[in-house]
Amino acid sequence: MLTVENLSVAVGEKEIIKGIDLQIKSSEVVVLFGPNGSGKTTLLKTIMGFPGYNITSGRIIFNHQLLNGLSIEERVRLGIGIMHQHPPKIRGVKLKQFADYLCKDKEKIERLSQELSLQEHLNRDVNLDFSGGEIKRSELFQVILQDPMLLLMDEPESGVDLENIAVMGRVLNEFLKKKDKSAFIITHTGYILDYVKATRGCVLLDGKFWCVGDPKEMFKVIRTSGYDKCKECVCPHHQD
Amino acid sequence: MSTPSRLDERDKDKISSSGIDLSNQNRSATFFQQDSHLKFYQSFTDEVEIMSTEDALRQYPQAKDYFGKNFRLLNRDFPQDTEGGYFIRVKKNTVVELPIQACLFLKAQGFKQKVHNLIIVEEGARVYLITGCSSSYSANEGFHLGISEFFVKRAGYLNFTMIHSWKEDVSVRPISIAHIEDSATFVSNYVCLNPVKDITMYPTAVLSGDGSRASFNSLILSHPGSLHDVGSRVILKAKSTQTEIIARAVSLGGKVIARGHIKAENPDVKGHLECRGLILSEKGQIHAIPEMETDFRDVDLSHEAAIGKISRDEIDYLCSRGFSQQEAQSIIIRGFMDINILGLPELLKQQMEQIEDSMLKKGF
Repeated sequence: MLTVENLSVAVGEKEIIKGIDLQIKSSEVVVLFGPNGSGKTTLLKTIMGFPGYNITSGRIIFNHQLLNGLSIEERVRLGIGIMHQHPPKIRGVKLKQFADYLCKDKEKIERLSQELSLQEHLNRDVNLDFSGGEIKRSELFQVILQDPMLLLMDEPESGVDLENIAVMGRVLNEFLKKKDKSAFIITHTGYILDYVKATRGCVLLDGKFWCVGDPKEMFKVIRTSGYDKCKECVCPHHQD
Repeated sequence: MSTPSRLDERDKDKISSSGIDLSNQNRSATFFQQDSHLKFYQSFTDEVEIMSTEDALRQYPQAKDYFGKNFRLLNRDFPQDTEGGYFIRVKKNTVVELPIQACLFLKAQGFKQKVHNLIIVEEGARVYLITGCSSSYSANEGFHLGISEFFVKRAGYLNFTMIHSWKEDVSVRPISIAHIEDSATFVSNYVCLNPVKDITMYPTAVLSGDGSRASFNSLILSHPGSLHDVGSRVILKAKSTQTEIIARAVSLGGKVIARGHIKAENPDVKGHLECRGLILSEKGQIHAIPEMETDFRDVDLSHEAAIGKISRDEIDYLCSRGFSQQEAQSIIIRGFMDINILGLPELLKQQMEQIEDSMLKKGF
């Protein structure tokens, strides 16, 4: 579904992603680990096509279509969706207006807003005075209504209490169970692994993939030994 | 005499874009004036008296007392060479469900329309008034002077919404003063989304009754070549009075001077001024001039102003939900020009949304 070939990305003058390869197959959930500043968000935003993330080499291909040079909204139309980590506030625009645009099925909007405890938020300005957890739930709500083939998630569980992680995890899991849905998920806490059946994990260090392997196993090692140990390659799947 | 049926379609559209419902449905009273001569008025309820100012001055001795009263209160002169305008009186303790509408239409080439309006909301009465000022496609180089005097009596409520729909070569000078009594509320909304040559106005509300309130809200879209020098002034005279002045201006290349002045003449008052501006063109200019004035130490007056361009992050965020760049920009402007700040009832809110939609859909 998604193929990243020898991708290097610069933000301003600085090279952040340094020649990585990645494949995400249909119905696959890939988890991305890595310390702050390793380039995780840059990779996601580059796949989504945000300006300011300049591809200096390599290609991104989604369902046989070259993404390099396409606008964000063109990528959305091809079936890619993103759940933002720090979305901006949109004053005067209600969450309901977004929902109605993204999905014509009123019942689905109703049901999903109920599941994610967002009914009251539908009549509020998008992200304005939302708590950290509310922002995450609203992001998940929007992106699921958008119904992408490939779901990019930037720390979906950060700042969310455990009870709400469970709610979000269930909703996400339900979505990913549908045919041909794939996801690429950045996580720091790893909580999402309890709810989503991730097939592979990758560790991004200094703009390069260091390890690819079983996500739960990898996370266990990272949690106990940290990324420094990771550099020394304690995992069995060190990729060179 | 009925509402002019001879209006051509283009003029009808223009009048509708100023919030006027030419079918008069969902209105409790209506007034129409074209240039200075053609006038029509009718009230559909006993609670509202409506007529031309001249007829009122002829029929009601008390109308003479009101005429110029607010100017005398502030020791200000006012232009005497007016012709027409409307007189509206809402009876004591009545709640008028449907809005009253008044249309001032500029039709003849080069015409100088000068009107003087009197609006009296008696004790405990509650009403919404829409004044739509617009000009015909044929009214080249027109001029409009509109004097309005508002009297909101004890515990009365007036929501006055003025919508302007002019054209590139029309100059406009509204002058208005409101006098607000004990526990009364005056909401004054101003909406201008179409081009205009220049508009200068600085409406004033005097809160002379204890516990009275005034709020001024304006939504301005300034097109290339337009000059909007607009502001609101509130004089907090009596105790426990409150005011809020909110301005939202978007410059597509025009110049907006957003003024605001709150004067506290009593220690126990509260006032807030807010101006937000978006500049979408290199040529656009927004100048916010908030003023606050008092001799008292304990008053609660504040202001905030923010001017900038549309944030790239917001556009990208909307694009990541599938909107095009152009759609994203329109949505952000639409949200920025938030109709909810006007405090309108649902019927008028929907109508305003339609007006704003049709304006913003034209694209920039």
